[in-house]
Amino acid sequence: MANSRFVGDKGLTTRMTLVMFLLGLLFVVLVVGIAAGVGASAGVGLGVLVGIIGIGMAVYQWANSDKVAMKAMRAREVSPQEAPELHGMIDRLCALADMPKPRVGVADTDVPNAFATGRSPERSVVCVTTGILRRLTAEELEGVLAHELSHVAHRDVLVMTVASSAGITAGMLAQGSQYGAFFGGGRRDNNNGLPIWLVVLLVSMAVYAVSFLLLRILSRYRELSADRAGAYLTLNPGALASALRKISGDIAAIPDKDLRQVSAASALCIAPAFKGSDVKALFSTHPSLEQRVEQLAKIQAELGRPGV
Amino acid sequence: MGFLDSILGRSKPKQANLDALFGVPAAALTLQAASGLVPTGDGSVCYRAAAGAGFATTQADVVSLLEGADLAPRISVTQDDFGFTWLEVDHDPVDPEMPDIGGLCTDLHAVNTSLEAQGFGPALLCSLIPFTGPDGRRVGLVYLYKQGTFYPFAPAPGSGQQRDNLLEMNVRDQLAGELPLEQDLSRWLALWGAPGL
Repeated sequence: MANSRFVGDKGLTTRMTLVMFLLGLLFVVLVVGIAAGVGASAGVGLGVLVGIIGIGMAVYQWANSDKVAMKAMRAREVSPQEAPELHGMIDRLCALADMPKPRVGVADTDVPNAFATGRSPERSVVCVTTGILRRLTAEELEGVLAHELSHVAHRDVLVMTVASSAGITAGMLAQGSQYGAFFGGGRRDNNNGLPIWLVVLLVSMAVYAVSFLLLRILSRYRELSADRAGAYLTLNPGALASALRKISGDIAAIPDKDLRQVSAASALCIAPAFKGSDVKALFSTHPSLEQRVEQLAKIQAELGRPGV
Repeated sequence: MGFLDSILGRSKPKQANLDALFGVPAAALTLQAASGLVPTGDGSVCYRAAAGAGFATTQADVVSLLEGADLAPRISVTQDDFGFTWLEVDHDPVDPEMPDIGGLCTDLHAVNTSLEAQGFGPALLCSLIPFTGPDGRRVGLVYLYKQGTFYPFAPAPGSGQQRDNLLEMNVRDQLAGELPLEQDLSRWLALWGAPGL
């Protein structure tokens, strides 16, 4: 290959790897922390047991992600006969990217959005809303689809569910320890005088809070990655940028009632499905529009650079 | 793309596989012997034009390169409904007695390598070489650059968007030993309105 216009983003990869490492570390901290707090071999057993249940729940969520998300968005699968243009577009993008074609769904709602989910690239579904079909031009829609296909190729559902297992476990422990308070009747630990259930509660609440923040950071990095890969797939970063601008503007203007319906699937959508321009950037699942457009502009500059 | 690359979100654009196209002239002879299908002498490359000046100059260079040759083919560049560009190389009709599409394949290869040399290899979608039968039927031999495989696309006569699946299957079976053929039938993209069909 003589010349490549693809420029990797080492910084993004490094930050993402670091966050994923920290999330894994957090899981270990949770198990060890519980064990140390409880201070007995029973503690290790408890920590490992709850950890395994937490991972199990995460795996269950991941395995059924396509059905759950389709139901949550009230989407239905469409055949190539029903939506020839949509299928034709996805066919071509999949041929360009050399990836298996996902199933295609359409959700009958005016909220302009799109999402991709599924346990693996072979068993995934890409879904768009009628609102996004109505608002975007063919070029812009293609940019959005390429972004969603990149989520599929990057196995984002797998990554995010595994990453969230520490948080799920911590949440379960926090709830469980409150029951423990009732049943255990405030039995005290001999060493430091704190009730066992309180130690468990504090550790798991702390882990939960940190994992929540880390997950949001990871989600934003995954979005930026999908934007990059999508732009390199269509070779038209400008169309994705203008689609994002349209969708973000529209979503902020949509009444709250519709938005609550879609909030569950928000993390996998092309743009966050909640209202409010002053949402704290720290808690956002998606990077800011400026950040995303800026990255796309850089890719555009690289693609447009005159040949040698 | 490796599992680790995908997990870390650092997928790279897939590069095109260019070499398999040189098997087409031999395959064309087989096809003519087996079912009387003769190449029309045309061929086209379908790619995604990247936004910006870099691609526009590359494409202009390719066109002038092809047009500058001896016995230059006619070149036309068109856009389809899906936003892909078709660069059509139009040679004189092939003489059924002396079929030679080596020149056509060289021209198509020149398009591919020029795009690749400028870093636009990932933009290549497919290449189409139309054949025509004695009864006027048309079949396109389509090459998917990313998969590195061929498949036949035969629009059924008439105005509707119907494919002549029997003819496609026949062509596939006749070429089985000659070219790498796409086994996954869902990858056999329909290319309605493609130039030369």
